[in-house]
Amino acid sequence: MALAEPDLERGLDGASPVGLSACPACVAAPSAERIAAMAAPADARIMLSLPAAHCAACISTLEQAAQTVPGVRSARLNLTLKRLSVEAAPEVTPAQMIEVCRKAGYEAHELDPGLLSATETDRQGRELLMRLGVAFFAMMNVMLLSVAVWSGAEGVTRDMFHWISAAIALPTVVFAGQPFFRSAWASLKVGRLGMDVPISLALILASSISLFETIYSGHHAYFDAAVMLSFFLLLGRYLDHRTRAVARSAAQELAALEVPRAIVVTDGSEVTKPISEVLAGDLVLVRPGGRMPVDGVVVAGTSELDRSLLTGESLPVWAGEGTQVSAGEVNLTGPLTLRVTAAGRDSSLHRMADLVAVAESAKTRYTSLADRAASAYSPLVHLLSFSAFGFWMWQTGGDLRYAVNISAAVLIITCPCALGLAVPAVVTAASGRLFRKGLLIKQGTALERLAKVDTVVFDKTGTLTLGQPEVTNLAEHPKVAREVALALAGASSHPLALALSEAARAEGLRPARVEEIREVPGYGIEGLWKGRKVRLGRAEWCGAAETLPVTATWLCTGDDGAAPRAFTFADRLRPGAVEVMAALKAQKMRVILLSGDSQGAVAALAARLGIEEWTAGCLPAEKAARVAALKAEGAHVLMVGDGLNDTAALTAADVSISPATALDAARTASDIVLLGQDMAPVADALRISRQSTRRMVENFMISGGYNVIAVPLALIGAATPLAAALAMSLSSITVSLNALRLK
Amino acid sequence: MEILGLLIPVSLFLGGIGLLAFVWAMRSRQFDDPDGDANRILTKDWDDRPRP
Repeated sequence: MALAEPDLERGLDGASPVGLSACPACVAAPSAERIAAMAAPADARIMLSLPAAHCAACISTLEQAAQTVPGVRSARLNLTLKRLSVEAAPEVTPAQMIEVCRKAGYEAHELDPGLLSATETDRQGRELLMRLGVAFFAMMNVMLLSVAVWSGAEGVTRDMFHWISAAIALPTVVFAGQPFFRSAWASLKVGRLGMDVPISLALILASSISLFETIYSGHHAYFDAAVMLSFFLLLGRYLDHRTRAVARSAAQELAALEVPRAIVVTDGSEVTKPISEVLAGDLVLVRPGGRMPVDGVVVAGTSELDRSLLTGESLPVWAGEGTQVSAGEVNLTGPLTLRVTAAGRDSSLHRMADLVAVAESAKTRYTSLADRAASAYSPLVHLLSFSAFGFWMWQTGGDLRYAVNISAAVLIITCPCALGLAVPAVVTAASGRLFRKGLLIKQGTALERLAKVDTVVFDKTGTLTLGQPEVTNLAEHPKVAREVALALAGASSHPLALALSEAARAEGLRPARVEEIREVPGYGIEGLWKGRKVRLGRAEWCGAAETLPVTATWLCTGDDGAAPRAFTFADRLRPGAVEVMAALKAQKMRVILLSGDSQGAVAALAARLGIEEWTAGCLPAEKAARVAALKAEGAHVLMVGDGLNDTAALTAADVSISPATALDAARTASDIVLLGQDMAPVADALRISRQSTRRMVENFMISGGYNVIAVPLALIGAATPLAAALAMSLSSITVSLNALRLK
Repeated sequence: MEILGLLIPVSLFLGGIGLLAFVWAMRSRQFDDPDGDANRILTKDWDDRPRP
């Protein structure tokens, strides 16, 4: 609200680059423009995910780059969420902004702002933070007064201090304790004893007994304990909520990555529609580079399709009139017009995704360490407190006041303060660390499951490789041939052509003078060079007799008798793949490569990375069966994959990781998402997860240790409010510090 | 001990100012991007004059 205004003005100012207005009038002028902007039609709100943004320089580079685009009113980078939000005139498109970010050196993905709006106003988180702040204020003030009492305030002074404490603490407990009271009530109604029941009981008992003692000018009041309890527990609750909110917004962010639109052709005009409005029988146009939004049959155009996400094949497949295409495939060279056979819910992509959803709900739920601790701890606390009450009632011959005092002290001391912090603090520290490395934890328990992993299964295309080709034999060809190839390749946006021209340019070659260049979609590129017809493209089109077992494109230079030359390609390795393999070997992991691609390509990659166990030509079901078999042997499997053919295996594995470029279904099925291109964080994730599980167990032991010392004191009635405060704060602080030790 | 009658209200008042500041910061969404705000102080933009 208060921040929105400078943003708006800054945006207008940013229209003239980098903001330093030359004359004072320019500074004054925006007010008129601002009014105009207010009245302008609905602005486009563009949200981009920028996994690589990390520092102050990123903020100014990206914001300034975004503001050089005409029509952009304001751009603000949220570094915590690594998200750039742009307010712009309606004509500014997300693709334009992605291009600007790419030029500035950052990888960007479009997000659907509609899906994200829910996380932007994280009301629950803000409410918790507010309660936390109030509890903190009350804790500090009550503690100040309590210290005076502990250091020997007597009589009327003590009573006055107690009364002031009560005036601060009671409203605080009522306000700050609400989340606990509510969930305790909910769990009592279904007849369960959750962690929140002893918490609520301790809060209520501590407050009411202290009030009673204050009225009868007793010596001990536990107001400080009551507010401290609510502060530390709220802290744990807030950390827990933050991790979950990040996970939830991550899930939404991923869903929002694929903005579902299709270009529908009606009576010769093209209309962009959301997928949900496309009907079977419609004509849909898919431009080169676009992903098929629906299932359909090609009715016009020829092109090549990249099916790697669905099947794992790295070679493009030819498509022409009559070819069946499935949603999720990528159109490479020519525009295709499809007659829709199934759209939205009925498309094969969605049917696969539904299968995943079914498999996921069938997955046995993992009980986290925290759940197990809570279910053991909660009955114990009640039992101790009630038996203390019973014992002292009997011992003192019915001194209700004394017995209730003791049982309240027991409840306060055993109250799972440190326990409530033990897991959230570690998870927050670990997931924050992993997020900075480019890994997003979607599932809270993923870290614990990851810690047990001893077998890592990788997919090939799109996971270990980028699915981008790289020329392997450029130097084997004569310079003339390379220059002609560069001239031809430069005219196409086919991935092989792009790779070829990039490699040739990197060698400092200049394109030969080839005229009348035209691309024949689905076949290749042809042109006239020194009066002779030259072609670059498919083997049979260029007149090559043989075909190679590897990806290749052919150059026919028109020399009579000279055989066409083959430029061979290999899939480019994902950055960090080599490092990951080395790190996994160092951690003594068993590494397996399962791919749907051909024997030759898989064998080559396995040799390059030093993977001993690999299988080529795997069908999706075979992958899942293999993972299940490994699990049956007692292995804990981490599956890393990106394609639709991996989703079943991703769901079957103990824990799974997929890159951000993966298909929606694959990302939904996996627990962790790799945001950047680099693969190296996967090894870090394994290391950090093992470390964090160790920290969690340590934390349980620390808080248990404090209880072992303090509970006997409370049971024999020797625990003063000072002892309770010390035990509580010391254990909470040690537990948090221990969590921060994570590296 | 009479001084307590003054000191306690003063300390509560000061604490209350802190609480109000927190509530204001909370409401104006200053906790939405802690990492970004920590980094923004390092940029040189608007060092010579405030943002218009």
